[in-house]
Amino acid sequence: MEFWRVPFDADEIDVTQGEVHILEDRCKGCGYCIEYCPRQVLEFSSKFNQKGYHPPAVRKPDNCVNCHYCEIICPEFAIYSVETT
Amino acid sequence: MAKKNKKAELQPAHPLDDLIRTDRIPHIWCQGCGIGTVFSACLIGMKHSGLELNKFAMVSGIGCSGRAAGYVNVDSFHTTHGRAIPFATGLKLANTDLNVIVFSGDGDLFAIGGNHFIHAARRNMDLTVICVNNLTYGMTGGQVAATTPHMARSTTTPSGNPENPFNLPLLAFASGATYVARWTMLHARDLAESIQVALLKKGFSFIEVLSPCPINYGRRNKEKALDTLNMYQEKTIIKNGADPSELDIDFDKGVILGKFIDVDKPTHIENYDKIYRTRE
Ligand code: SF4
Ligand code: SF4
Ligand code: SF4
Repeated sequence: MEFWRVPFDADEIDVTQGEVHILEDRCKGCGYCIEYCPRQVLEFSSKFNQKGYHPPAVRKPDNCVNCHYCEIICPEFAIYSVETT
Repeated sequence: MAKKNKKAELQPAHPLDDLIRTDRIPHIWCQGCGIGTVFSACLIGMKHSGLELNKFAMVSGIGCSGRAAGYVNVDSFHTTHGRAIPFATGLKLANTDLNVIVFSGDGDLFAIGGNHFIHAARRNMDLTVICVNNLTYGMTGGQVAATTPHMARSTTTPSGNPENPFNLPLLAFASGATYVARWTMLHARDLAESIQVALLKKGFSFIEVLSPCPINYGRRNKEKALDTLNMYQEKTIIKNGADPSELDIDFDKGVILGKFIDVDKPTHIENYDKIYRTRE
């Protein structure tokens, strides 16, 4: 993980790993999850969903830290993250 | 039917699916509309409050935000224009075990329903009022509202709004609300926590949430949905306990967010019971 300033205990802290799930047909392509994901996990996919919007696609799955921000900002209940075990 | 069930099985479930009427999703709110995020924060607040979910009731008025009552999977009531608070008051008085949430927009709560708001706050009715403030009448096409900033363009003020908007937290405070906060939909996590606190607090709680209406406000004021969100990020400052008179919405100067009022006063029901329902 990249840090702006490396915390002293960085090597002792386990960073949670998340897995993001996208319910493509609920998405309206607002891009909020893509723009505000702190780890740049997502990007617009080039495909269309049922309603003709571009849903997000997972670009860097390993970067997801399961912060749930995409889940909480999404106005459409279309994306959520779970902790990978 | 069998086919539909199979699809439901394949589709992974969103963690809030138990609180929404999934058969009605996708909802009607436009692409980039913030109401969905505020609604979702409200559901998270309800879940995290630890209160029994079947003891909640959601009441909405008319307007885009008013549609929330139709999507929540608890007892809900989509009322006439501006009258969400009186209906909610009735619900609460008739069944004091209910946790009654009023989820509605700025037009509904503060123009058509303005009087109901101030009187419910004055009485300290035990309600949680969440106002999605998108600065306009979205559903009817973007007319000027009581919350539209001075000089902002709308369909009815094409050269700029000559009037000044309400400062909603100041209005709520002056009317007697016991909990007053303001967030934006971008601050969804603070918002959900604030809603949770407000739900657990007795008395009249009011939370204003700034939220973009890219279709009918943003478009006329040269603000794309993401521009509005960036403004929420860059031009806001969190100042808990700020003086309500400083809380005007002026993005040039910066907009103050946070929890402003958190006091305890006897509720209307407590006072009423004490005076009129004394039991030996
Ligand atoms: S959970 Fe957090 S890190 Fe993972 S995709 Fe969502 S916003 Fe990005
Ligand atoms: S926030 Fe939700 S609706 Fe918007 S692009 Fe992401 S998944 Fe789609
Ligand atoms: S008109 Fe505005 S407030 Fe209404 S759903 Fe569309 S974006 Fe949201």
